[in-house]
Amino acid sequence: MGIVSPGFRGRPRSKGVELPPGQYLVEDFPVLSAGPTPRVPLDRWEFSVTTESGETHRWSWAELLALPSERMTVDLHCVTRWSKLRTPWQGVSLDTLLAGVETAADFVMADSYGGYTTNLPLQDLRNGQAWIAYRYDGKDLSAEHGGPARLLVPHLYLWKSAKWVRGLRLLTQDEPGFWESAGYHDYGDPWREQRYQGD
Amino acid sequence: MNVAAGWRVARLVGVHDETATARTLVLDVPGWPGHLGGQHVDLQLTAEDGYQAQRSYSLAAPAKGDRIELTVQRVPDGEVSPYLTEVLTIGDPIEVRGPVGGWFVWRPADPAPVLLLAGGAGIVPLMAMVRARRAEASRTPFRLIYSLRTPGDLYYGEELRRPGPGDAGADATLLYTRTAPPGSPRPSRRLSTEDVERYGWPPDFEPTCYVCGPTGFVEAAADMLTKLGHDPRRVRTERFGPSGG
Repeated sequence: MGIVSPGFRGRPRSKGVELPPGQYLVEDFPVLSAGPTPRVPLDRWEFSVTTESGETHRWSWAELLALPSERMTVDLHCVTRWSKLRTPWQGVSLDTLLAGVETAADFVMADSYGGYTTNLPLQDLRNGQAWIAYRYDGKDLSAEHGGPARLLVPHLYLWKSAKWVRGLRLLTQDEPGFWESAGYHDYGDPWREQRYQGD
Repeated sequence: MNVAAGWRVARLVGVHDETATARTLVLDVPGWPGHLGGQHVDLQLTAEDGYQAQRSYSLAAPAKGDRIELTVQRVPDGEVSPYLTEVLTIGDPIEVRGPVGGWFVWRPADPAPVLLLAGGAGIVPLMAMVRARRAEASRTPFRLIYSLRTPGDLYYGEELRRPGPGDAGADATLLYTRTAPPGSPRPSRRLSTEDVERYGWPPDFEPTCYVCGPTGFVEAAADMLTKLGHDPRRVRTERFGPSGG
């Protein structure tokens, strides 16, 4: 508990909604990114998974759409403190994409069109925890929100859900990605408020 | 980035109204480590019942010892900005964490020319860069394009209209989107690619570009820069969202 701010009352406390520490609810869908929004033509789009031995698995846009997809409704928590609840998505589970991939790696670097990167433990992408999402709220995912397709890992802060995702590199040694190199936490669990290095 | 120090108790030691709805807060933060232009702080407010709210605000100027400045735009129905601009009083305590940010920053040792594109309240971290340039006696070529609605929305007007000797080589262009001041050669309209070409740097000058403002402005301005041939890797964006205020 911090020091009381004289005269601060805050919003009416939301009943029955539990948010991670330091977060507040929004109804809109803010956009955050570090640079210009890349526009990726679908005929040139591809998604790849490259293992630690250099083996690459590739999917074109048509091949991705041909895979079994899932519809999921998830809560989003951005490190800039907004949380948006019950957001509806459609995409392909990483379990489906990783099914034929042989690896002993423990870590992943997600690479994006435009050069963004973010690192995650591989186990956080398995067991129904992560998707390559291409539809939001019944519509094609807009470029501002990471379309054509983004990584969606809702149990971690949203910077881990790489927009404009291009591929995953499986790594035996963890490496920091873009925001992780700039002082943000390596793992980013909102419920443990892991915003910055050392949290 | 040293945010591991956690929350520090700061005190409000000065206020200055920039516009009818925006206020600059001067905070005294014991042990403040200093910061770069473009960085922000996290603020934490605690109500009597223990309820807490946190928000991020850009630093508006280089630190003067333990003193830092933030400019806060009041968002109607916001949870935090009305408190900061109307309730927080000189002498009151407030918790601060930071400085935060390692990407949307200007480092005085960086020799690249700088192009700043501000939309509305997005001027705040960019003004911090202009002021850092002055404080460091840097000669890095700077150009600022500041797009705003009306003359009544202008932050830091005195300083931008009357640049001092330390601002030689740093040009500011004010562009109005709704109401231009009387006698303006350019009618009020939204920022255009032609504006960015005319008042910015050419791409072959290879400036580092910083774009800050509301999402619509940032998306449009960053697209204009890439259309003009600026390398997207040299375009850094930060969005100010009225997402909860």
